[in-house]
Amino acid sequence: MPDQNGSTNGARELTYAEALREGLRQIMAQDERVFIIGEDVGVYGGAFGVSAGLRDEFGAERVIDTPISEAGIAGACIGSALTGMRPVGEIQFMDFITISMEQLVLQAAKIRFMFGGKATVPMVLRTPAGSGTGAAAQHSESLENWFVHVPGLKVVMPSNPYDAKGLLLSAIQDENPVIFVEHKLLYRTKGHVPEEMYTIPLSESKVVREGQHLTVIATSVMVRRALEAADILAQEGIEIEIVDPRTLMPLDEKPIVESVKKTGKAMVIHEAVKTGGYGGEIVSRIVESDAFGYLEAPVRRLAGLDIPIPYNRTLEAHTVPQVQNIVDEARKLVKGDY
Amino acid sequence: MQPVAVDELQKRGLSAENAHEMLMKMMLIRAFEEKAEELFAMGRVHGTMHLSIGQEASAVGLSTALDSRDYLLNTHRGHGHCLAWYGSSPDLMMAEFMGKETGYCRGRGGSMHIANVDTNNLGANGIVGGGLPISVGVGLTIKLRKTDQVAAVIFGDGGANTGAFHEAVNMASIWNLPVIYFCENNQYAMSMAFHRAFNIEHISDRAVGYGIKGMTVDGNDLLQVYDAAVEAIARARAGEGPTLIESVTYRWKGHSKSDKQAYRTRDEVKEWQDKDPIRRFAAFMGMTDAERDALQAQAHQRIEEAVTFSENSPEPDVAAILEGVYA
Repeated sequence: MPDQNGSTNGARELTYAEALREGLRQIMAQDERVFIIGEDVGVYGGAFGVSAGLRDEFGAERVIDTPISEAGIAGACIGSALTGMRPVGEIQFMDFITISMEQLVLQAAKIRFMFGGKATVPMVLRTPAGSGTGAAAQHSESLENWFVHVPGLKVVMPSNPYDAKGLLLSAIQDENPVIFVEHKLLYRTKGHVPEEMYTIPLSESKVVREGQHLTVIATSVMVRRALEAADILAQEGIEIEIVDPRTLMPLDEKPIVESVKKTGKAMVIHEAVKTGGYGGEIVSRIVESDAFGYLEAPVRRLAGLDIPIPYNRTLEAHTVPQVQNIVDEARKLVKGDY
Repeated sequence: MQPVAVDELQKRGLSAENAHEMLMKMMLIRAFEEKAEELFAMGRVHGTMHLSIGQEASAVGLSTALDSRDYLLNTHRGHGHCLAWYGSSPDLMMAEFMGKETGYCRGRGGSMHIANVDTNNLGANGIVGGGLPISVGVGLTIKLRKTDQVAAVIFGDGGANTGAFHEAVNMASIWNLPVIYFCENNQYAMSMAFHRAFNIEHISDRAVGYGIKGMTVDGNDLLQVYDAAVEAIARARAGEGPTLIESVTYRWKGHSKSDKQAYRTRDEVKEWQDKDPIRRFAAFMGMTDAERDALQAQAHQRIEEAVTFSENSPEPDVAAILEGVYA
């Protein structure tokens, strides 16, 4: 089995963006129902280069450049999925998904239910979230929890190249609309990715590092930061256990609950603003479960400040959790300093 | 049938039997809508509904021109289009309206979400203009599969003023998609009158801005609607892209259940009732009032049977409440 945590041991390495592209290429070669649609996905190769070269390989009919029409992109995915295709749409920045909200929330998510379970909308909408690029408040949002709150949608958030490819292939083969949330800072990160097609089941949380002192539940780029923090903490003799939900909706909560029962302490980390964020859901799942009786400390949320992402580099970095914040908060929790 | 009608039908490749079917469909819609209103007034259904009385020719003219292999995307005022569509059952329609398990959507959708995907009826839509972006996707499916199907998406004058209209029609135009943009201009977006919401004479004038063909027809004239649809469909099947058809009509009833209609006069409603599409087509066919009324009574009888079917149908099982969210 390949190492799924991104460490390579001399094995084949790809970046997160390359892993996504390889998955897209492989499934497009295998399944002619799959096509890509979005702004600048063709000639330009996607704003972050994920679909680079695919237009040359599969033609402009299957890698479709659109006008600036996010509602139209979402609708194109819904209508084609409803009639038997497997569209993979791209919303260039997650911020712009606001323009497609009606189509995603009121149409894609509800069509199956409203039609009495007699229709399917097997579409994927890929979109990069996150700050750290200096792009300020309208190009840095992490809005994943908006979609978690809408029954009928699935929400997937890969944290490394291996998961990115495997989860994308699962999402495309899933019968439901999937919001596939990527992260701009992860696109160039490298990790082991097998060449063959493989899938990672949706709704399977994964323990990405074992430890006995504290359970850290982290998403997307925060998994990477938590792993870095874990190395630093290990030098002090603190071993944190990191769980990556990978699919936020529907959530596989068992590995989280089991981990908390083992460590007795929990901290949730995400980049999105804290208030109303996904961390609240994770904490609720923990305290509603039988892990409650095992808790030895308050459950902590480490998340983005409740502000728009600022432009200034220093302010931006202070807005979302960094490695040092994770180290500091984890240490406090483990040492009972709360 | 009077000779002029026979000629007019023959010119279009339609038989007397076709004409009779079209008339009966319009009458069935009228009967369904009148019954829906009655059931509502009696408190036998809940929620809301949007009646299409007065707009029957628009629904029947379009669906007759389409083929059963084509796709339909419908509006919140969609009972008529659903009933006019291929293979549709008044029983399952009424059962859905009454929230029964036997309804088209197992009682989960109701009046605004009636769909029958198996017959390419991709559903009514509770969001004004909500079907417009979806039509782009249906058009893409047809294009990618290289079939000669077309998709028709219905929306109202209200829907034509949503941003989604612009995105969708433009995309369908640049990709030459086989989609019929069928705008039922029934004069009011809830209370907002057409002349207050548009600064153009015809909604079809907007077609120019997208580089597609636009047509405005008398939506209360069955054959005018049919002719426009036939022309647009032929163009779409030939790979010549989308068409914007404006079908000018009028809803006799209020927007929904609780509309006091302060925005229009009784005289105006009366004026449009004189243009009743059913009476017009029956007269065109040379029918006497008695013959027409006898047929309308048959349609009402059919809807009574649908009500009986629905009343005898089971309620959805609460134990199944979570079904159908995810596949």
